[in-house]
Amino acid sequence: MDRGPGAEPRSAVTGRAAGEGPAALAGDRRSRIVGGGEGRSVWVAVASTAVFFTVAGVLVVTSPGWPAIRDAFFDGAVFRDAFPKILARFGRNVAIFGIAEVLVLVLALLIAVMKSLPGPVFAPLRLLAAAYTDLFRGVPTILVVALLGFGMPALGLRGVPRSDVVWAIVALTLVYAAYVAEVYRAGIESIHPSQMAAARSLGLSRGQAMRHVILPQAVRRVIPPLLNDFIGLQKDSALVAFLGYTEALRQAQIVSAADFDFTPFVALALIYVVITIPQARLVDWLIARDQRRRAGGGTT
Amino acid sequence: MSEAIRLEGVRKSFGRLEVLRDITLTIAEHEVVCLIGASGSGKSTLLRCINLLEPIDAGRIVIHGVEVTGRGVDVDVVRRRVGIVFQSFNLFPHMRVLDNLTLGPRKALGVPRERAEEEARALLERFGLADKVEEYPDRLSGGQQQRVAITRALAMNPDVLLLDEITSALDPELIAEVLDVIRELAAGGMTMLIATHEMGFARDVAHRVCFLDEGRILEQGPPGRIFTEPREERTRRFLDRIIAAGRM
Repeated sequence: MDRGPGAEPRSAVTGRAAGEGPAALAGDRRSRIVGGGEGRSVWVAVASTAVFFTVAGVLVVTSPGWPAIRDAFFDGAVFRDAFPKILARFGRNVAIFGIAEVLVLVLALLIAVMKSLPGPVFAPLRLLAAAYTDLFRGVPTILVVALLGFGMPALGLRGVPRSDVVWAIVALTLVYAAYVAEVYRAGIESIHPSQMAAARSLGLSRGQAMRHVILPQAVRRVIPPLLNDFIGLQKDSALVAFLGYTEALRQAQIVSAADFDFTPFVALALIYVVITIPQARLVDWLIARDQRRRAGGGTT
Repeated sequence: MSEAIRLEGVRKSFGRLEVLRDITLTIAEHEVVCLIGASGSGKSTLLRCINLLEPIDAGRIVIHGVEVTGRGVDVDVVRRRVGIVFQSFNLFPHMRVLDNLTLGPRKALGVPRERAEEEARALLERFGLADKVEEYPDRLSGGQQQRVAITRALAMNPDVLLLDEITSALDPELIAEVLDVIRELAAGGMTMLIATHEMGFARDVAHRVCFLDEGRILEQGPPGRIFTEPREERTRRFLDRIIAAGRM
């Protein structure tokens, strides 16, 4: 079956095409970008795109400043030398944001649930949660990283970790949990109150209703904005370089300074772009799968 | 006959709006009582109050001899004995039909999963939904969804069932299949309090009909009398409007 841009869009909507989700979705996206419609308009789109980028490319490459720019940012030899070193250090960034993401998921959920507790008894908890989000959404991330990363190890207190990177992870967790808590809360509030009523009418406690009925639906709805925040967190793992910790950005800086060339930064930028794209596709796929399973023709 | 539900002087306001004014009503075990009346007359609120989904402002609600509106009552325990079915079904969209039915028994009553599923399958079979066990609610018709919602309430094995205009959100051709379920339950002796606009059904199934008007029970009696010779002028006018609308 032709799943290309000219294919009937109905298959993607009804989900009849069970099992070909990502491919169908990709086709759908492609058709949106090129303007959709019949085969002829696709060819027009392809041709005009090719012409546009060829002309733009030629203009850039023939401009008088191009050789200087090429040598400073796109030096092949420097790239080949720098890329493996930076990629190796990027493992540290992955560890930093990987740990922070898990902690963020837990802490943010806790704060979101605290914020949605009803009744006057829980006023202090609600207040605490509100103060937390206000504080950590208000302070620049790099400031929190600096405060904890420089400050806490310097205290020299017993039982307090001396490692700056540990405190950097704590800082990133605190900041991003504030954002993600708001995302969770929006998800919780988007679930119609009748769902809570139905769960409570079955004799479930508030906590049980939250855990089995409200949160599973809320979390599903907020996966895309949640992933946006995670991509932000992944990028902000570069802030740890500020503490002098040799992660990928610091490594790129070192190589750049040695070669007097900015290509290492471009190499790192490339790594960041490459890791975020599959995540965006994964979310698309998760959403499509969920819709297909619930309303479409997928079998369970 | 022993008493299932007793309401004494129940009052409820939303802000300045008085929705229930001094409702007193006793329902016997195995009795089927229909609440009729215009939209906004307080039918739904009354049902939600009995299920303790809305706190009442004054009066008492006694279910099987236990005052449920008193202090220190565990509302979750009360709700396990009193099932409610809503106009808009309120099924859990992220769960299969089977899981919709077993959630209450498993989490609220502590029934082991296997037994809960066995009982749920038996219930679904009894109401002609055996082939929907694995489906998600969004893929069912409105009538099927409402039947699932009824079986979900029944899965808790309640003493009393409250039905809140359960056919109002359905296309006309789907109403019969839902009402048939209720007829079967009535024949089986289930105690039910039913808010409904289906007068033909009320006349059919109810032992007693209560006409609610502006938060009061204005008139009640056996359906034969209420529908043919209402004593109150307002009841008569309501029924005339219903007949004019072709709903009876």
